Amino acid sequence: MTAPKLAPDAAVRKAESRRGVFTAMPAAIYLLIFFCTPLLIIVAYSFGTRTATGSTRLSGWNFDSYERIIDDLVLGIVWRSFWLAGLTTILCLVVGYPFAYYLATRPARIRNILLVLVMIPFWTNGLIRIFAIRFLLGSDGPVSQASSSLGFGEFRILFTPTAVIIGMLYSYLTFMVLPLYVAIERLDWRLVEAARDLYANGGKAFRKVTWPLTRSGVIAGSILVFIPSFGSYVVPEILGGAKTLLLGSYIARQFGQARNWPFGAALSVVLIVAMLIAVVVNQRSAASELTGSSS
Amino acid sequence: MTESSNMTERGEPSVEILGVTKRFDEVVAVDNVDLAIEDGEFFAMLGPSGCGKTTTLRMIAGLEFPTEGRLKIFGDEVGNLPPNQRPVNTVFQSYALFPHMNVQDNVSFGLRMNGVDKKEAARSADELIELVQLGGLGNRKPSQLSGGQQQRVALARALVNKPKVLLLDEPLGALDLKLRQEMQTELKTLQQEFGVSFVFVTHDQEEALTMSDRIAVMNEGRLLQVGSAEELYERPANRFVADFIGETNLLDATVADGDMIILANGTRLKAPNPHATGTKVAMSLRPESIEIGRPESIPSDYQATSLRGVIATSSYLGHSILYGVKVDSTNLNVRSGAVAAHQRFVPGDEVAVWWDRTSDWVVPDDEPVAVTSEAS
Repeated sequence: MTAPKLAPDAAVRKAESRRGVFTAMPAAIYLLIFFCTPLLIIVAYSFGTRTATGSTRLSGWNFDSYERIIDDLVLGIVWRSFWLAGLTTILCLVVGYPFAYYLATRPARIRNILLVLVMIPFWTNGLIRIFAIRFLLGSDGPVSQASSSLGFGEFRILFTPTAVIIGMLYSYLTFMVLPLYVAIERLDWRLVEAARDLYANGGKAFRKVTWPLTRSGVIAGSILVFIPSFGSYVVPEILGGAKTLLLGSYIARQFGQARNWPFGAALSVVLIVAMLIAVVVNQRSAASELTGSSS
Repeated sequence: MTESSNMTERGEPSVEILGVTKRFDEVVAVDNVDLAIEDGEFFAMLGPSGCGKTTTLRMIAGLEFPTEGRLKIFGDEVGNLPPNQRPVNTVFQSYALFPHMNVQDNVSFGLRMNGVDKKEAARSADELIELVQLGGLGNRKPSQLSGGQQQRVALARALVNKPKVLLLDEPLGALDLKLRQEMQTELKTLQQEFGVSFVFVTHDQEEALTMSDRIAVMNEGRLLQVGSAEELYERPANRFVADFIGETNLLDATVADGDMIILANGTRLKAPNPHATGTKVAMSLRPESIEIGRPESIPSDYQATSLRGVIATSSYLGHSILYGVKVDSTNLNVRSGAVAAHQRFVPGDEVAVWWDRTSDWVVPDDEPVAVTSEAS
């Protein structure tokens, strides 16, 4: 091909966007089948009716399942899940921020070693790790044995909300640490120097500069911890016992023992919508932070 | 202190650096520096990158602490104080404006940290924003400003605190040429307006020469010379300074007796100097202070300050002509007034060069500092 005619802009752009579509195709098809379809099924079921035998009738859509949510028992479960998830998020932040800060301020070589250490738990199955914690916290576990041999008596913590919190903190801490690490590592330390130069002491420089500029990491980490905590199923099931019934288990129960798919679906839909709203609001506020559009 | 003669009866120096050394692990960034900066002085620290000038500035700011030595600001020992407890402010090379705050909050930051109430701080900030000609932009975020405007915000943010000394780290490095020249004038004006010393770090000798009252030349952590632009240019203390400031020819030589030096090729030249016989020296000759002519045209008075050579290159520069003259193995740059084309020398012509006895300058060659020609 000698001296090809320059393609007009529009054609080039079109070809480029077509290429883009092709590269995204496998993931898009996969998500369409295995993510979007089930999601739509859930939404559809949430408007269905449970028959006496426990199957679901989809004809005659209604809001009955949604109305059932406004019930003291259900709201109690939602509320308990909400504050356990909130507490988990806060604890992850309190424990994770200083650690991420430490991590991000190490020399590159040490930093990489520490990052690998942070990831190591992911090499084993999460379920196994939670069972390990169950053993650890159990009344004949090492913690309890140590405490009773020291004369503090048996350690009864398994199957309490505390155990659930410990388990969730352990399970989700990494999700908090990694985005925080990224945000802190990216921080321009000259800004902190500038704050110090402008008469801010260490604490004030942190509050006025470091914290606001790493907030994107705080928000991302909080979302990544809060969302799975709010709907968490495995940890409360294994460590929580019957007294700490949480939303995740409650929903699972609707699809299982209770055989009330429309109600379980409605709960799921509400959960998803609530999360979406939270994420969108957070991202809006983070986006306006740097552009100044809201000031 | 070597420059004590320059600071007679000017009162207390604003910044005093006494035998300061800074080591980073094994690397000596600043090596036993003594320096006094007068009050109200526009002072430049000049040197190639890695020479220790920025580290010195950061030590004055409190962003680094000296490994050895003492540091005083208006007589107060500050060497170990954190930056927020020193009466100095810095204009950072990258400006380091807070991206999450608008211009006004950036500028009032220092005042707020010092406990000035919100209203008062905002008023002072607006005044300074006005002064640096950014009136009306107080609500913008730094990302919405041009490089030149960001630079002005950085200046306002530092000056609003009325620091006793303003430190500037390559403040104009990121600006394009035209803006840089504009800001040079503006900085000078601001400095006179505020009447405090500005200490600024640069690797650009032209910038240093045009703006500063005095200049400190540094290389490899050592302070080589402190003086006015004229002193540095006319009477460099050593080979590095001679080479670094302006353009020059450096001829290696050895001191002989009777005001004579002997060049590497054996030529004896008259060059009065205070160095002991046998000392290895270099003679600095500025290209513009050398005369050039036919071999037989050397004026009789100049026989002892002349050399013979062959034209190697000739470049027409409009207002002048730059000749490269080969004297044995050394090349000498000679700048001569523009003359009509038929009067110019061409490569291959045998010529003589001579110079006035006052225009050469002999510098000691035994400087421990490695002399590099690529220093810039």
